[in-house]
Amino acid sequence: MTEPAGNLSSMATPGNLKPGDRDGRNWRGALIFFGPAALLLAIFLVFPTIYTILLSFNRGRRGEFTEWLGLDNYVTLFTKDPNFINLSTFPPSGAVWNNVLWIIFYTGFVLAFGLIVATLAARVRYEAVIKAIVFLPMAIAATALAVIWKFVYAPDANIGLLNAVLGVVGIQPISWLGDVSFVNASLIAAGTWASVGFATVILSAALKGIPAEIIEAARTDGAGERQIFFRIILPMVSLPMSVLAVTLIVNVVKLFDLIYVMTNGGPGTQSRVIGYTFYVEGFQAGLFGKSAAIAVVMLIVLIPIMVFNIRRFRTAAVV
Amino acid sequence: MTEHDALAGPAIRPASRTLSGRLVSALNRTPIHIALIIIGVIWLAPTIGLLVTSFRPRTDIQSTGWWETFSTLRFTTENYEQVLNAQGMVGAFVNNLIIAIPSTLLPLTIASMAAYAFSWIKFPFRDSIFLLVVALLLVPVQVAFIPLLTLFRPFGFTNGYIAIWLVHTAFALPFGIFLLRNFFITLPRDLIEAARIDGAGDIGIFRTIVVPLSVPAIAAYGIFQFLWVWNDLLMALVFVQDNTKFPMTRAVQNLLSQYGTEWHLLAAGAFLLMVVPLIVFFSLQRYFVQGLLAGSVK
Repeated sequence: MTEPAGNLSSMATPGNLKPGDRDGRNWRGALIFFGPAALLLAIFLVFPTIYTILLSFNRGRRGEFTEWLGLDNYVTLFTKDPNFINLSTFPPSGAVWNNVLWIIFYTGFVLAFGLIVATLAARVRYEAVIKAIVFLPMAIAATALAVIWKFVYAPDANIGLLNAVLGVVGIQPISWLGDVSFVNASLIAAGTWASVGFATVILSAALKGIPAEIIEAARTDGAGERQIFFRIILPMVSLPMSVLAVTLIVNVVKLFDLIYVMTNGGPGTQSRVIGYTFYVEGFQAGLFGKSAAIAVVMLIVLIPIMVFNIRRFRTAAVV
Repeated sequence: MTEHDALAGPAIRPASRTLSGRLVSALNRTPIHIALIIIGVIWLAPTIGLLVTSFRPRTDIQSTGWWETFSTLRFTTENYEQVLNAQGMVGAFVNNLIIAIPSTLLPLTIASMAAYAFSWIKFPFRDSIFLLVVALLLVPVQVAFIPLLTLFRPFGFTNGYIAIWLVHTAFALPFGIFLLRNFFITLPRDLIEAARIDGAGDIGIFRTIVVPLSVPAIAAYGIFQFLWVWNDLLMALVFVQDNTKFPMTRAVQNLLSQYGTEWHLLAAGAFLLMVVPLIVFFSLQRYFVQGLLAGSVK
């Protein structure tokens, strides 16, 4: 979303012609400059990805890959593991379902709050201060955010801010992270809080890209603030919004730290997500084949986004 | 894009020229001010609460909420002393530096060089390989864990820092190459052609022209990567297995699993983890925001 639009024209022109380079191709230069990166990418990204796909067809108990299972790991995950996905109840449950909840509510709320804060802040003199305050959590480790929010959610109304505030209006203390009916909402709220600043900064830049004359003209024609927002501002920020949504969904698919530190997937297994299940199945339960299958599921979920990114990059490059 | 001005820029505001007009618009904005104050409080209170708590005596924390501190005003630095000394946070801080500095400098160097190759050196399949790098941007780190652990553990790969340096470096490359290549191709072609005519080689052009002209982009990437590594827990869980080499994220996580409700320790520990990122945020906000915005594709 923020990459300077690359231009393909510079890719198409001949590079550096040197005596000894055939067809204007500089093999030696390419090797020196791209060689180290190519080697690291091959060893640490490309090879492990292929190898993980292979291992996902093996049981891989305690890291020994001797028992080939075909698609068993996948079948188990999707049909026999209610902690991964359980469609037999309504609403469904399991890690995949929790990720769906995260995608809907986290992405939705981050975009909505981001747009609200960006729009409101643009109308006051202390805009930069508000944006800095909201953006601040982006600098902080998820581990520290988890401590901050565990503290806010503490069940004791003399410790936890949220229960203290609710106590003022007569609501009994709630165990936000210990109660099955609240845990996912509480986690999503903490995650939303941490990401709104990011959306605010991007959408704020997009809002400033809307020519002031358009808004002035609408106002002179008698458009109200609401009409201006829904008829002019919203359509004009829809592209950055969609790019943001994609980024937030990627965050959700990779989500791990916050869950691991705040709830450890609990109570029970109620707040597990895919990225967390990957870690516990492999690195705590020793089921590396199943864990590999989960990593492959994550990869498959992200492939459409990869395609989207490449397409977007190519379009941006042509423009 | 205008991410430079992202945190400070001109606002879209209806112009009001007369006094009554200004008065009306000020009144109209009262709800906006109230909404923004509420937003500010919601976004500050949780962090301030933890900061205040980290300086309160343990007995106070257990008996009254942090918002009541303002009536007692009793503060202590004992929590920090305890976390730093007894809980080994000093060592963890040093480990963070040992992990984060090479994990920032290595990808910075290697990605800049690769980005130069993709911008100014012609080689076969260059554009296709670049699209592959763009695709690798989204490969989740999880896919690398099992193969790398099973293959490299026999070599003691995870007992030192080598594993985490290399994994952080490799996974930072697609984003770095992508970001820097998009910056490098905007550099003036004439300048580079002229240097070539004067007999400069690729290494000379890279060092004397491309890198000095690209400091803002390289800095943004460096800051983003440094904070990414500083704040990482997952890679450290998997690739640092010697408990004397744990970074602060793991130390805080250990505090939490050992002393789940000892808030005086947890608050101080969490704040120590936050200090460096907050300093970076306040001192290098411009680069930081750029890096983070660009890093959003990671």
